[in-house]
Amino acid sequence: MADIWVFVEAENELPSTLGLELLTKARSLGTVTVVYLGPESDEAVTTLGEYGAETVFWADVGDALPAAPVAAALAGLIGEHSPDLVLFGQSYTDRDVAGRLAARLGTTLLSNASDVELVDGSVVTTHEIFGGTQLAKATTAGNGTQLVLIRPKSFPAEPGGEATASIHAIDLPDVGGAGAVITERHVEEREGPQLGEAAVIVSGGRGLGSPEAYELIERLAKPLRAATGATRAIVDAGWVPYAKQVGQTGKTVKPDVYIAAGVSGAMQHLVGMKDSKTIIAINKDADAPIFGIADLGVVGDVHSVLPKLIEALESR
Amino acid sequence: MQVVVCVKQIPDPAGTYELDPETHFLVRPAEQVLDDTDRYGVEMGLQLAQASDGTVTLVSMGPTGSMQGIRQALAMGADKAVIVDDDGLKGADALLTARVLAAAIAAEGFDLVIAGTESTDGYSGVLPQMLAELLDVPALTYATSVKTGDGSVTIHRQTASGYDVVEASLPAVVAVTAGVVEPRYPTFKGIMDAKKKPVDTLTVGDLGVDVAMAQTVSAVEDAPEREAGAKIEDEGDAHLRIVELLEQKKVI
Ligand SMILES: Cc1cc2nc3c(=O)[nH]c(=O)nc-3n(C[C@H](O)[C@H](O)[C@H](O)COP(=O)(O)OP(=O)(O)OC[C@H]3O[C@@H](n4cnc5c(N)ncnc54)[C@H](O)[C@@H]3O)c2cc1C
Ligand SMILES: Nc1ncnc2c1ncn2[C@@H]1O[C@H](COP(=O)(O)O)[C@@H](O)[C@H]1O
Repeated sequence: MADIWVFVEAENELPSTLGLELLTKARSLGTVTVVYLGPESDEAVTTLGEYGAETVFWADVGDALPAAPVAAALAGLIGEHSPDLVLFGQSYTDRDVAGRLAARLGTTLLSNASDVELVDGSVVTTHEIFGGTQLAKATTAGNGTQLVLIRPKSFPAEPGGEATASIHAIDLPDVGGAGAVITERHVEEREGPQLGEAAVIVSGGRGLGSPEAYELIERLAKPLRAATGATRAIVDAGWVPYAKQVGQTGKTVKPDVYIAAGVSGAMQHLVGMKDSKTIIAINKDADAPIFGIADLGVVGDVHSVLPKLIEALESR
Repeated sequence: MQVVVCVKQIPDPAGTYELDPETHFLVRPAEQVLDDTDRYGVEMGLQLAQASDGTVTLVSMGPTGSMQGIRQALAMGADKAVIVDDDGLKGADALLTARVLAAAIAAEGFDLVIAGTESTDGYSGVLPQMLAELLDVPALTYATSVKTGDGSVTIHRQTASGYDVVEASLPAVVAVTAGVVEPRYPTFKGIMDAKKKPVDTLTVGDLGVDVAMAQTVSAVEDAPEREAGAKIEDEGDAHLRIVELLEQKKVI
């Protein structure tokens, strides 16, 4: 059996959804060891076991920025146990740890994978390129431990392991000048349905014309109990907070219905939402790329279509 | 303060990208532009250097070509550029790129290295972290604001739920997000001055980096295509079609 390790970060003190997605996949590839970053809790360990972890290495870095000490500790553990593969999620701290770890071990690191397989003992990853229109398969020569970063929502998160995981605390080394500290944490208010969970998402782009017009997106979301999303163009412009960004550098979503209003459909936006079950697009440019993947494309002005749509839904 | 900004020249994103059918490497035309995301790093570097009477050196790996992208960054105000251009680096993976950039940066000397969060054409998004490990300094990543002072650097680090304030002592690597500052447009004088600024071109031999690379792309295939559905022109009643579809999908 292949020896598969998964890096799992805590989210609200429990294993993150992304981590559980990776565990679900890892289980199908071999025996699973988790490196868990977060406060120690029985509930977290139970959940990890339910998702297939047999062994849990647990690290709590407190207020240190995790990357340097965790990468150093992991390098030691990997040297000792030589797992075949370590899976990380394509998210913040995962990327920081994986990047430092790869440089430390001198092994390459494959980013942005949407799938990972073991073929005759080698690791083969799939990467969506050019906005998901093409798939590249990558392999890495050499037989050391392979490191892969996997995009969120690449696999479903399903419990199914039977193991009661054994837990081991990791000693974190002093990294001297390579360390950094978190001096304050700011959590932004989250209200209403969240992008990661909602069955319906309504997203707006620069075609709305002004920050005020984003209100149309919010009003449309209400009767649909939808989460609201945005393109990077309007996040960078300061119309809405980053937490709403969908796409390559934002969230990856797969709702039942995705409504894109005034969104051109740039490659980097499409990778984050093209796997939605049904896509509805409203754009005044009949040639907008978003229409290439829309199940229903409306060539029209958001300022006339959205108000009528809102009214029709509100009056039901 | 000696600031190094990592910048990349990329094929114009407005055009179509092509892969070499044999190596699967991205085809890079002689005429490449500055990666738009790097303009934020350059601007950040210029502001921090200005505040400390420092200098900004650009470091870039890749084919020099017409140097249009590098000139763009020099025209914004950077003092000089170092380009590592070597045929052996074609298709370099993230780790090899990091080893090359780290060697060039170490040779230049630095207090602060600034990179982007991810490049437009490669988007591995791990370069800054690798660089930091190789240089044995902290990597402050996903920065939406950067301040330096008194031998230290403080950033706002974007997180899934908001942001953290993170502090470290210099030297350090900072990876900035788009939007961290508003990049300036080069002035006419800037563009003229850029032509006279020093540009060093190095090979891997100059840096003593071994170009061994483990990663290969074995195949590229078309993804299963998502069929586009109906496209209708709004004549005042398109919203009804949307309502109909929402009903069909049972979300209302
Ligand atoms: C490294 C990198 C990462 C990136 N990551 C992301 C990411 O994660 N997410 C993301 O979204 N983008 C990302 N981008 C940016 C992306 O390339 C696009 O620039 C962005 O998605 C465009 O946003 P937009 O569709 O709102 O704006 P635009 O491209 O300007 O499109 C606006 C659209 O609105 C239409 N329109 C205008 N007026 C109206 C009207 N009255 N009614 C109806 N339609 C109208 C126009 O026809 C146009 O199609 C990234 C870019 C880079 C380089
Ligand atoms: N070839 C390169 N030359 C200079 N800087 C680079 C190069 N590749 C990546 N970088 C820097 O690293 C950041 C992240 O790139 P990437 O890892 O490709 O997503 C970029 O925004 C650049 O600042």
